[in-house]
Amino acid sequence: MNDLLAARSQMAMSLAFHIVFAAIGIAMPLLMVIAEWLYLRTREDVYLELARRWAKGTAILFAVGAVSGTVLSFELGLLWPQFMGYAGAIIGMPFSLEGFAFFTEAIFLGIYLYGWKRVAPRAHLAAGAIVALSGALSGIFVVIANAWMNSPVGFQILDGKPVNIDPVAAMLNPMALSQTLHMTLAAYAATGFAVAGIHAYQLRRDRSNLFHRRALAIALTVGGAAALFQPLSGDLSARAVARQQPAKLAALEAQFKTEAGAPLRIGGIPDVERAETRYAIEIPRGLSLLAFHDPNAKVTGLDAFPRDEWPHVPIVHAAFQLMVASGTLMMAVALWGAYGFWRRRALPDGKWFLRALVLAAPAGMIAIEAGWTVTEVGRQPWIIYGIMRTAEAVTPMPGLLVPFLTFTVLYLFLSAVVVWLLFRQVAASPRGVPLASGKEAAQEEEEPEHVAA
Amino acid sequence: MWPLELIAAGAMIVSLTFYALLGGADYGGGVWDLFARGPRALKQRALIEEAIGPVWEANHVWLILVVVILFTGFPVAFAAIATALHIPLTLLLIGIVLRGSAFTFRTYDVKRDERERGWGRIFSIASIITPVLLGITLGGIASGSIRFENGIVPNGFVRPWLAPFPLAVGFFALALFAFLAAVYLTLETRDTLLQEDFRRRAIVAGVVVAALALAVFLLSGSGAPKVRAGLSASAWAVPLHLATAISAIAAFAALWKRAYGLARVCAAAQVTLILWGWALAQFPYIVEPDITIQSAAAPPATLRLLLGALALGALLLFPSFYYLFRVFKGGLASLKDEG
Ligand code: HDD
Ligand code: HEM
Ligand code: HEM
Repeated sequence: MNDLLAARSQMAMSLAFHIVFAAIGIAMPLLMVIAEWLYLRTREDVYLELARRWAKGTAILFAVGAVSGTVLSFELGLLWPQFMGYAGAIIGMPFSLEGFAFFTEAIFLGIYLYGWKRVAPRAHLAAGAIVALSGALSGIFVVIANAWMNSPVGFQILDGKPVNIDPVAAMLNPMALSQTLHMTLAAYAATGFAVAGIHAYQLRRDRSNLFHRRALAIALTVGGAAALFQPLSGDLSARAVARQQPAKLAALEAQFKTEAGAPLRIGGIPDVERAETRYAIEIPRGLSLLAFHDPNAKVTGLDAFPRDEWPHVPIVHAAFQLMVASGTLMMAVALWGAYGFWRRRALPDGKWFLRALVLAAPAGMIAIEAGWTVTEVGRQPWIIYGIMRTAEAVTPMPGLLVPFLTFTVLYLFLSAVVVWLLFRQVAASPRGVPLASGKEAAQEEEEPEHVAA
Repeated sequence: MWPLELIAAGAMIVSLTFYALLGGADYGGGVWDLFARGPRALKQRALIEEAIGPVWEANHVWLILVVVILFTGFPVAFAAIATALHIPLTLLLIGIVLRGSAFTFRTYDVKRDERERGWGRIFSIASIITPVLLGITLGGIASGSIRFENGIVPNGFVRPWLAPFPLAVGFFALALFAFLAAVYLTLETRDTLLQEDFRRRAIVAGVVVAALALAVFLLSGSGAPKVRAGLSASAWAVPLHLATAISAIAAFAALWKRAYGLARVCAAAQVTLILWGWALAQFPYIVEPDITIQSAAAPPATLRLLLGALALGALLLFPSFYYLFRVFKGGLASLKDEG
C-alpha cells in the first residue's frame, strides 16, 4: 500500500468510525429530551427511567464521538497539510462555528448527565434541549465544509493561490443546503431506527413491557418521520450533484455514455474497461427524469471526462445502490408503521412488524456509511472538486501505513467495548422498576432519583 | 487598532491558556489517580472522578478551539506543524482517545470489579503520557527546527522533537498539570484528611515544577535559542520572571498556610505567565524561523469573520461555563448532603 492510499484509508476509516457516534450524538439527545418532557407532562415513571437510560448510553457514545472527532481535526493537517494550507482560510469558518457548537454541547451535556439532582427539572430539560440543538448545529457546520469540497466557491485563483476569499460565500456553496438537510435527516432516521430495532427485539419476547413500548413509540416516531422525508431530500441531493459534479453523478449511476433520455439503472455491474454496465434493470428515461425532472434531458456520461478524472465507478455505484435500497426499506417500514397506527390508534406491535423493525435496525447506519462513500469516493481524484487533487494534498510523511493500522486496531477495540457496554447497560429490560402510573408515580415526583438509583 | 492577525494569535494563546488551566488539570487528576496511595486511596480516586466527570469534555474543547483558530487564521503554520510533528501529534491523539474513552468506560461500567480497575489504569497512564506529548509538541514548535518548504521537511520528522529541550518541556508540562490538579483538588472536598493528602501532593509537585523549569531554561540555550534570547534579553524579561517567581512562591506560601483559594489563584497565575512568557519570547514567530504571525495570516476577510465569531461565541460561552462550574463546583454544601 503506498502512502497516499494509506492516508486515504486512514481518513476514510476515521470518518466512518466518527460518523456513527456523530449521528447518534445528533439524534439521541432529542429522543432523551422527548422522554423527559413526557415524564414532566404525564409523571409516568417509565419515561424518567427511559430518559435516564438513554442518557447513560449517550454519555458513553458522546465521549467516543468527542475523542474521535478530535482525531479528525488533527488528521486534516496530519494527512492533508497542503489541502489545509490552501483551504484553511476559506473553510475554516464553519469549523470554527462548529467549535462553539461543541462547547455548548459539551457544557450542557455535562449539566444534563450529572445534574439530575442539582438543577430544577425545567432547567434540566432545557439543558437537554440545548444539547440536542447544538448537536444538530455541529453536524450542519461540518457538513457545510464538506459541501465546499464538492462545490468550491467563494474565492478566485491567482498564480495557483486562492485570492479574494469570501468565507461567507464559501459557506453558502451550492451543495450546502442539500447535503446538510440530507445528513441531518439521516442522523434522525438512522438513530431512530437503530433504537427502535433494539426495543422491538426486546418486545418480541415481552410484548407488554411498558418500558420498551414507550421507547419504541418515541424512537419510531422520530426515525420514521425522518425516513419518510429522506428519499425526497435524496432527490434534492441527486439533482445538486447532477449540476455541480457531473462526473460523480455519472459514476453513481454507472452512466458511461453521454446521452439524452438516460435510463435509471437498478443493480448491475459496471465494466470500466468496456465502458458499459451489464445485468442492470433499466428504467427508460428514469435518470433524466430524476436528475433533471425532464425525461429527455441530456445526462453527461463518464466519456465526457479524461480517464484519470474518473472516480472508482464500481464502488461508487454499489454504494449508491446500497444507500437507496436501505432508504427504500426504511421508508416502507415507516409507512407500514404509520398505517398500523392509523388503523388501531395504538403502537403497532404485530409479530411481523416487530421483525421488520429488527431487520431495519442497521439500515440507517448502513445508508450513512454508503452515502458518504458515494460522496467521498465519488469526488476522487479531487480533494477539492476540479481544483486540487488528493495526491497533491497528501503529507510527505513516509510510513503512513503504521498510523493507519494503529488507529484501525484502536477503533476496533473501542467499538467492541462500546457495544459490550451498551449491551449490558442500556438494552437489558429493567425489571424492578415500578412501571405504573398514577398514585405511586405521583409520590415519586418529589424524589425522582429513587427511580434509577 | 491592533492588526487583526495579532488579535487572532492572542485569542489562540488565550484558548491554549484555558486548555492548560482546565483541561490540563483534568490530566493532572489522572496522574493523582495513578499515585493514589495510603488509607484514603479509594476516596482520593472517587474525589478525582467526581471532580473531572461533569467538566472534562467541555474543558477538552479548548484544545479544539486552538486547532481551529490555527488552521483558519494561520493555515500555513498549521500545515507546517502538522507535517513536521506528525509523529508526536499522532501519539498525542492516541493518548487523548485512550484517556477520554477509558475514563468514560470506567464511569459507566456497572460492576465495581477488576475490569473497572483496568479502565482506571488505562485512564491514568494515558493522563500521564498525553501531557508529555503535548509539551513535546510545544517544545518542538519553540525549538526553531521545524521547517516545511515546498512540500519538503528538511530537518526530518524526528529530530525537531526527539531532543533534550522538547522532552524537558514535555515533563515540565506534566509536572505543571499535576501541580494544578493537586491544588484544585484541595478545594473539591471538605474532608480535611483528603485536603491534607492533596496539599502534600501539591507541594511536592510544586518543587518538581521549579526544578524542571530550571532544566527547561538551561536547555533552551541550545535547544531553543530564539526563545532563550527573548526570555533573557528583552525589556519585559525581568518583570515577567519576577511575576512568575512571585506567583510560584505565593502559591507555596498559600499551600503552607492552607489558604487553598489563594493557592488556586496563584497556581493558575503561574501557569498563565509561563505560557504567555513563551508566546512573547517567540513573537512574532509562530513557527520559528520561517513562519511569522503576519506571513501565515489568513486574508483580512477571514480574520474579521473569525474574530467576529470568536467574540459572539465568547458571549455565549462564558455564561454557559459559569453556569456549569457554578452547578458542579459552587456549593460544596449540597455535595455533602448527597453523601
Ligand atoms: C439514513 C441515511 C440515508 C438514506 C436513507 C438515504 N441517504 Fe443519501 N446520503 C446519506 C444518507 C442517506 C448521507 C450519508 O448522509 C450522505 C453522504 C453525504 C451527504 O450529504 O449525505 C448521502 C449522500 C447522497 C448523495 C450524494 C450527495 C453528494 O455527493 O454530495 C445522493 C445523490 C443521495 N444521498 C441520494 C439519496 C437517495 C436518492 C436516497 C433515496 C432513498 C437516499 N439518498 C437515501
Ligand atoms: C463532513 C465532513 C467531512 C470532511 C470535511 C471530509 C473530508 C475528507 C478529506 C479531506 C478526505 C481526504 C481526501 C480525499 O480522499 O478526497 C476524505 C476522504 C474520505 N472520506 Fe471524507 N470527509 C467528511 C465526511 C466523511 C464521512 C462522514 C465519511 C464516512 C464514511 C467519509 C468518508 C470518506 C472516504 C471513504 C474517503 C476516502 C475517499 C477516497 O480516497 O477514495 N467522509 N474526506
Ligand atoms: C472532517 C470532518 C470532521 C471533523 C474535523 C470533526 C470534528 C469533531 C470534533 C473535534 C468533535 C469533538 C467535539 C467535542 O469534544 O465535544 C466532534 C464531535 C462531533 N461531530 Fe464531528 N467532525 C467531523 C465530521 C463530522 C460529521 C460528518 C458529522 C455529522 C454530520 C459530525 C458531527 C459531530 C457531532 C454531532 C459531534 C458531537 C459529539 C458526539 O455527539 O459524538 N462530525 N467532531
